[in-house]
This record gives sequence, C-alpha cells and structure tokens, in this order.
Amino acid sequence: MTLALNLLMPVMLAGISLYAMCKRVDVYDGIIHGAAEGLGVIYRIAPPLIALMTAIAMLRASGALELAAQALAPVLSALGIPAETVGLLLVRPISGSAALGVGADIIKTYGPNSQVGRVAAVMLGSTETTFYTVAVYFGAAGIKKTRYAIPAALCADFVGFCAAALAVRIFF
Amino acid sequence: MSALWVGMIVISLVCGLLTGNGEAVGAAAVSGAAQGVELCLSMAGLLCLWTGVMEVMRRCGLADKLSRLLRPLLHRLFPGVAGDKEVMDAVSANISANLLGLGNAATPLGLEASRLMARRSPGVASDSLCMFVVCNTASIQLIPTTVAGLRSAAGCTTPFDILPAVWLASTLSILTGVTAVKVFSRLWPPSEERRRLLSPAVGKAR
Repeated sequence: MTLALNLLMPVMLAGISLYAMCKRVDVYDGIIHGAAEGLGVIYRIAPPLIALMTAIAMLRASGALELAAQALAPVLSALGIPAETVGLLLVRPISGSAALGVGADIIKTYGPNSQVGRVAAVMLGSTETTFYTVAVYFGAAGIKKTRYAIPAALCADFVGFCAAALAVRIFF
Repeated sequence: MSALWVGMIVISLVCGLLTGNGEAVGAAAVSGAAQGVELCLSMAGLLCLWTGVMEVMRRCGLADKLSRLLRPLLHRLFPGVAGDKEVMDAVSANISANLLGLGNAATPLGLEASRLMARRSPGVASDSLCMFVVCNTASIQLIPTTVAGLRSAAGCTTPFDILPAVWLASTLSILTGVTAVKVFSRLWPPSEERRRLLSPAVGKAR
C-alpha cells in the first residue's frame, strides 16, 4: 500500500508525460509554464503567511492554543477529533492562508507522521475556505439571499473534519 | 481578516502575560515572520512541480475529457439547469478543474457558471446555485498538492501517503453537502414572491 502510494507520483509523472507526448503536446514547456504559475501562487500567499505565521507563532507561544484545546477537548474527543487541531477547525472556513499557517504549525509541532499531524493534513486536504468561496461566488452573481447555502456548506465542513479524524484512524 | 489578525495578536499577548509566557510570546513575535518565508520556500518546489504537471494535463485535453465524463452525474445534481447547455458547460468545466486542482482555471469558470445561473432568479440563490456553491466549498481535489508540499516542508518523505484518507474524508464531506442541499431545499423554500421567480427551476428540481 505504502509502496503503491509512493510510486503513484512517479507513475503519474511518467504516464501524463507519455500521454501528452502522444497528443503532441510540448510536455516540458507545459511543466515550465505551470511551474511559473505555481511560483505566482507562492508569491501571492507569501505576504499573508508572513503576517499570519507571526500571529500563529505568538498564539502557540502564549499557551492560548493549548487552553482552547483543553476547553474544547470533551466535545472534540466525543467526535473523535484530536483536540490539538482546534485552531485549524476555527480558522479553516474563514481564511485559506490562516488555515495553511495553522496547519503548517500543527504539522511542524507534532510531526508530519504523527496522528495529529496527519489529521491536520487530511482536514486541510478535504475541506475548503467556505466563507470566502460563498462570498466570491454569490458576490459575482449578485445574490443577496443566500438561503441555506452557508448552513449546508458548514454541514459538509463539519462532517469533513470528523471524517478526516476517522479516515486517519482507519488508514494509519 | 483584520479582525482575525488583531484578535490573534491581542489574545496571544494577553494570554501570554496571564500564563507567564510573556517572554516566549516576545520571541515568537520576532521569529514568526521568518517561519512564514521558510514555509513558502520549502513548499514551493513540490507545489510548482505539480502545477506544472496539472498544466500539462490541461493542455493535453484531460480536463475536457473529465468534464465530458462528469456530464451525466452533473445533470442529476443540477436538475434545474440541466437543459441549459451554456450553464452546464461552465459547471462541468469548473468541477473538472477543481478535481484536477487547477484552482486558477476553476474560479473564473465557477464565477461564470454562477452568473449564468443567477440570471434566472436575480438576487436570490436558486437551488441549483446553492448546490453549485456548496460543491465548490467542499474540496474535491484529487491530488492535494499544497498539503503534500506542507508535509514535505516538515521533512516528510512520503507526503502523499495521506491520499486515501483525504479521498475518504472529501467524499463523506461532499456527500453531506449534497444531502444537506437536497434536504434544506425542501425545508427552506423561497418566499412566495421569490417562488414565482424561481418557479421553472424549482418545478424541475422537485
């Protein structure tokens, strides 16, 4: 299983490159252009991350995260969610870059292969910045009455968080 | 965003002083910014490589192929607009771009789709539009490259070993979102005057 997943990336690289070559697509040019676009993404997330990592480092050092984790531990443990991920739960629907910063902090503090680190990574990978998406999409469409969209999206987030913890227990 | 930032800073200062961690907070305030830059640099490599691969996938038409494959499923998810080819084209292109992690392509397509859907009921979200937005607030990315970058930045040599767990969690999350939309659309019908505006869409959805 682990070997298959480790080989997934090289196999995908080879498979996609060969397929693209058969389709007469300039593979190398595509990779280079895409990578340049990726640098643009890094360039855009760097300023918020500099600001937010400062705030998150301060929160971590102040002990506030541990206090929040202790306070919410009974509820979270009933849901099977590690209390250490509390910061991520709180910011995930609000801000993508803050969630990235908090996730990075959790993964670094507890280790990428720890239970907590894995749950944080799966949470980040299986949920989105709900409020931002709702605001942008409805804003573009000129919608004022959003009806049940936000409650429904938050239901999905909530199950996503619980499922992330559950999935890590199943697979690791 | 400003409220979040100010809140975090003030809480950490107050909490640090109360718990006697004031000194550590001071040190963190100085070192945190550098951590932000380090994080960006250490995840940049993997992230950029995979945006490159995604670009190749887009160029060789895999995104279009996926979008055609998704068409029958999307017709069932969006019964209110299934007859409108223009809307369905934008919706399926958006969903397939999301699956492949082409965020830069997905957002403009998604905005176009929601604008087109809103034409039928100006100002009020139709059931189809709610479904579409909820589908976009759930993460359906098949290969979460940013998270993998984050893990490899923390020294993980197998950053993709969480993939099955991510797929399971994403699936459960999106199924919940879709179910919630279906249930809420019955519990939360548009008000009388709006029902008239929405009637073609609602009629088909029921």
